[in-house]
Amino acid sequence: MTQPIAITIKVNGKEYKREVEPRLLLSDFLRHELGLTGTHVGCEHGVCGACTILFDGEAMRSCLLFAVQANGHEITTVEGLAKDKDDLHPIQQAFWEAHGLQCGYCTPGILMTLVPFLKRHPNPTEDEIRHAISGNLCRCTGYQHIVDAVKLAVEKMR
Amino acid sequence: MKPAPFEYHAPDSLEQALDLKRQNADDAKILAGGQSLVPAMNFRIVQPGVLIDLNQIVELSFIREEGETIRIGAMARERHLEFDESIAKRVPLLAEAVPFIAHPQIRNRGTIGGSIVNADPAAELPVLMLALNARLKAKNISNERWIDAQDFFAGMFTTALEPDEILVEIELPFMPPQTGWSFMEVAPRAGDYALMGVAALVTLDENKKCKQAKLVYLNAGDGPVDAREVVSMLQGEPLTDALIDSAASVASEKEINPYGNVHTSPEFQRHLAKVLTKKALKQAIQRAEENLQ
Repeated sequence: MTQPIAITIKVNGKEYKREVEPRLLLSDFLRHELGLTGTHVGCEHGVCGACTILFDGEAMRSCLLFAVQANGHEITTVEGLAKDKDDLHPIQQAFWEAHGLQCGYCTPGILMTLVPFLKRHPNPTEDEIRHAISGNLCRCTGYQHIVDAVKLAVEKMR
Repeated sequence: MKPAPFEYHAPDSLEQALDLKRQNADDAKILAGGQSLVPAMNFRIVQPGVLIDLNQIVELSFIREEGETIRIGAMARERHLEFDESIAKRVPLLAEAVPFIAHPQIRNRGTIGGSIVNADPAAELPVLMLALNARLKAKNISNERWIDAQDFFAGMFTTALEPDEILVEIELPFMPPQTGWSFMEVAPRAGDYALMGVAALVTLDENKKCKQAKLVYLNAGDGPVDAREVVSMLQGEPLTDALIDSAASVASEKEINPYGNVHTSPEFQRHLAKVLTKKALKQAIQRAEENLQ
């Protein structure tokens, strides 16, 4: 059974049927099979957080899941956040306005980490925000503007 | 950075999984949360021929009280332990320590059984199993047996499991009354592997003397390190600052055997163990005293 396995996965509300090799990582499936390149691949061993997606609504590393394991499950990627480029998710809008990114490589993973976090903690302290993003590495910003962006997002989502 | 090819099975019953494990004992790896196994496969440090994925097996994911114990299915996610009310009430040490395990994204997927069987000396859950006197249920296709946590960890990344066995359940006795607890670690960044960490439990008698204690260290040797000599120093004694100081010295100088790594020297790990032992014992004693009132 190293042969391809048929899977059905819902990504951003749309159902996809594909045949995949068991060893195909979910991160590579999203990027190469579905062309959803918003999910970034950094370290590929679960440290950097760039590939964070929502798996049935919970933030997980897509580089530590095989695509076959997502069979029958619902995935949300960064492409699923905004309705269109003029109607961003409030967290995205806040990152734009507060300059929460420079190169943007880590940003999709951070956004996908924050969506469930802010649902659970609609009014977080700075300490809670920093803990929430502790699993996402950013090498540009020093995190200060990211934290500012999260605070702005909290206000926007009130 | 891509895993080598493997044969993939995702059985939906434990029996099928055990049968697959029996047939492929030498070449099969169990996939639980995959938060340690998949990185190792991505690096091709591990190249199993067969992968048996337990994520479809609903019967392995539960947390419930039974008598004076908490029973946890091996596939319960770390995130479930973190938010479980029974665990918070009956084994508060576990509830307090789980948030130290990696990051939220990892805890959403990682399982209690996976972390225990991985037996990483720097991991939190093996330490907690020893501290809490857990019993671990292993099954093969024809038998099952309970293994005490103190007999389970057999060295670095090594356990007492036989090649045809799967860890299926964890039993934790309720923490006894008049018991205080503490879990402390030092890590370069929240969620990183800790340089040093300790789980402490102290049970007081009615005269505020130490009735029972437990100190277990992570990243301090080949597995979770149970400091029994220190505990025998504490038992039956009033827990004065002087006794705590000498306990911390014995623990850090004699009982642990840290190796150091790129982030730390063994000497610094011993220093951390000394500081953490004092702080953790004091916090545990204070909580035990609160429980006495």
